[in-house]
Amino acid sequence: MKAKKKIFAVLSSAALFAGILAGCSSNDSASGDKDEDSGQVTLTLLVDNQSNLDGMKAVTDAIEEKYDIKTEYELRPGGGEGDNLVKTRLATGDMTDLMAYNSGSLFQALNPEQNFLDISEEPFVETIMDDAKEALSSNGKVYGIPAASFMAGGWFYNKKIYEELGLSVPKTWDELMSNNEKIKEAGKTAVIGSYKDSWTAQVIVLADNYNVLQQHSTFAEDFTANKAKIADTPGALSSFEKLAEVYDKGYLNEDFLATGYEAGLQKLAEGEGAHYPMLSFALPMLQANYAEELENIGFFPQPGDSADENGLTVWVPGGVFVNKNTEHPEEAKKWMEFFVSQEGNDLYNAKIKPQGPPAIKGVELSDDVYGAVKDMLPYFESDKTAPALEFLSPVKGPNLPQIAVEVGSGISKAKAGAELYDKDVEKQAKQLGLEGW
Amino acid sequence: MTNLTNRSYTYYFLLPAGIIYFVFFLLPTIMSFFFSMTWWTLTDWKFIGLENFITFLTEPSLNIGFKNTIIYAVVTCLLKVILGLFLGVFLSQKLKTIGFVRSMVFFPTLLSTVAVGMAFAMMMHPTQGLINTALKIVGIAGPDWLGDISIALLSVALVDVWKGVGMATVIFIAGIMSIPEDYYEALAIDGGNSFHKFWNIIVPLSRPAMNSVIILAFIGGLRSFDLVWAMTKGGPGFSTDLIASIIYKQYQGGFYGLSTAGNVILFIVVSALAFPLYAFLNRKEVDL
Repeated sequence: MKAKKKIFAVLSSAALFAGILAGCSSNDSASGDKDEDSGQVTLTLLVDNQSNLDGMKAVTDAIEEKYDIKTEYELRPGGGEGDNLVKTRLATGDMTDLMAYNSGSLFQALNPEQNFLDISEEPFVETIMDDAKEALSSNGKVYGIPAASFMAGGWFYNKKIYEELGLSVPKTWDELMSNNEKIKEAGKTAVIGSYKDSWTAQVIVLADNYNVLQQHSTFAEDFTANKAKIADTPGALSSFEKLAEVYDKGYLNEDFLATGYEAGLQKLAEGEGAHYPMLSFALPMLQANYAEELENIGFFPQPGDSADENGLTVWVPGGVFVNKNTEHPEEAKKWMEFFVSQEGNDLYNAKIKPQGPPAIKGVELSDDVYGAVKDMLPYFESDKTAPALEFLSPVKGPNLPQIAVEVGSGISKAKAGAELYDKDVEKQAKQLGLEGW
Repeated sequence: MTNLTNRSYTYYFLLPAGIIYFVFFLLPTIMSFFFSMTWWTLTDWKFIGLENFITFLTEPSLNIGFKNTIIYAVVTCLLKVILGLFLGVFLSQKLKTIGFVRSMVFFPTLLSTVAVGMAFAMMMHPTQGLINTALKIVGIAGPDWLGDISIALLSVALVDVWKGVGMATVIFIAGIMSIPEDYYEALAIDGGNSFHKFWNIIVPLSRPAMNSVIILAFIGGLRSFDLVWAMTKGGPGFSTDLIASIIYKQYQGGFYGLSTAGNVILFIVVSALAFPLYAFLNRKEVDL
């Protein structure tokens, strides 16, 4: 009996660990092989199965026609599961020739020096916008090209409701709050909360980075070096306070904890709510489901304290990176060069309308871009943009969605939430082995 | 004994199974104890002693899991035992439709946990969900089952009970059916009523069944993950996070050392609670 129990104990712990490992199954990778007969080269490309690949496929079809370089797509899950898969495949030397992945902190956590090909010297790298180039680099070396256009984080608003109530686009946080008050008085939902999908709760915090940097221009560096904490930096703490304020003043829809992302978009499009703080990647989904309402949806950046400092927090698109151990580095570079050219961009944008301004210098947009994207362009033209914090600092705690839900639903106060996030971040910094932590 | 047994096979035949068991079970187990004390990136590691354990036990977003897990395990276990016992007594009677009713009770056990979780999450929507719409008809304003942090964990536990009570019932039925008729005859001769039948015969003599249910339900509750993940993903905030869901999130976050430490802790917690409970229950068992 004793022995049986022991075996049971050993077995159960082994089963637990096996369960953990089961999360990181890996597919067989076909690394690019030269087809003996035709001389055609095949590059394998790992992409997540959440994104619409029509645009990318249009470009790779053209590459196949032009350079005789075939692209073979391999799909992986998105989100945390996809991160695990990518990390496991890199760790086991099983990576594809090309890999599409997030830029910024997530990319930098992949140990780029060891895993990816340095393309800093390539001429086409010069055409990448600086904000994007920085997020595709690690220790001053560039490793990737932007896989799409910029995105922005801010507030979508329903123009019909604005017209009805005679409101104007707010330039300061106080103006936004007084707009909210009027919308609430008119019996509508002022701010749509969709915290059932906890990641949506982070948007107000993340999209505030332009304002944070206005007040504390070196915050990203100080934050990375452990010299500044969110809870102790008034400018940064105010991002959490804004999130809390929206809840405290009762501007959210009643069922904000049971509403998910898609339901949030529906409320915005159907005019049930006036504002939805969200990233601009929501536009294609709005187009797909509510095409006739799309013209009524506008966009403004999350405003700060002063109207003069009104600017936009942008998200750098994910990148395409080259495996350091690829057998076809030259073909991969050719692939990239075409991808970022005007021709490549045109092919891409013809299939998928850009969700923000282009990440390549000098690329022209066609006239039929989304209205919300047109709302963003002035900020790019006047250089009033800043990347979100996750593109400036490798430090991003994994529990921000849950903490944001707590702060945004009154479970905890802004200050307590910021303190908890500072602790969460500490784990990440230690895991990355950063100096000063 | 060995002299009497003619061993016709050598022990080498055990080797293939032994190797598989060693490589896939024993080795990872030993390694997990080691890696729980490291800072680990899958390719590289650094020994940091007990720091992971300290982090896990001190950080509020991590150690909330202990409280929740205990509450969850106790609530689901108690309800499964109580409901399972009553259903078991009811379903071991001679009714015409007994086969049908028994399958009805057992049916939820067969469903996929994730599907059950998603379906109930929809039904528990505060304004459009089936449950609150039904309550509204009879004039009750239903709570926000999964959004209100004071009841969210209990809502998930109730769904777990709904899904798991069928298994408990089946075990109880088997236990009750194995009680010999003699006891009931003796009771009838002594003039006992049906309460006596339940309390003095069925409850003590279905003890082995009850012990199995308690152990299975309790360990199941301690390591529960899928239902919580399908219904709330630990939210709102961290209010329904269990140890297992926290471990999963740490793994997703890339904290491999920390999540392994969590697994070691879960292993210790399960053993520390389950073995004494098992020993205690076994002592109380009576022979038929």
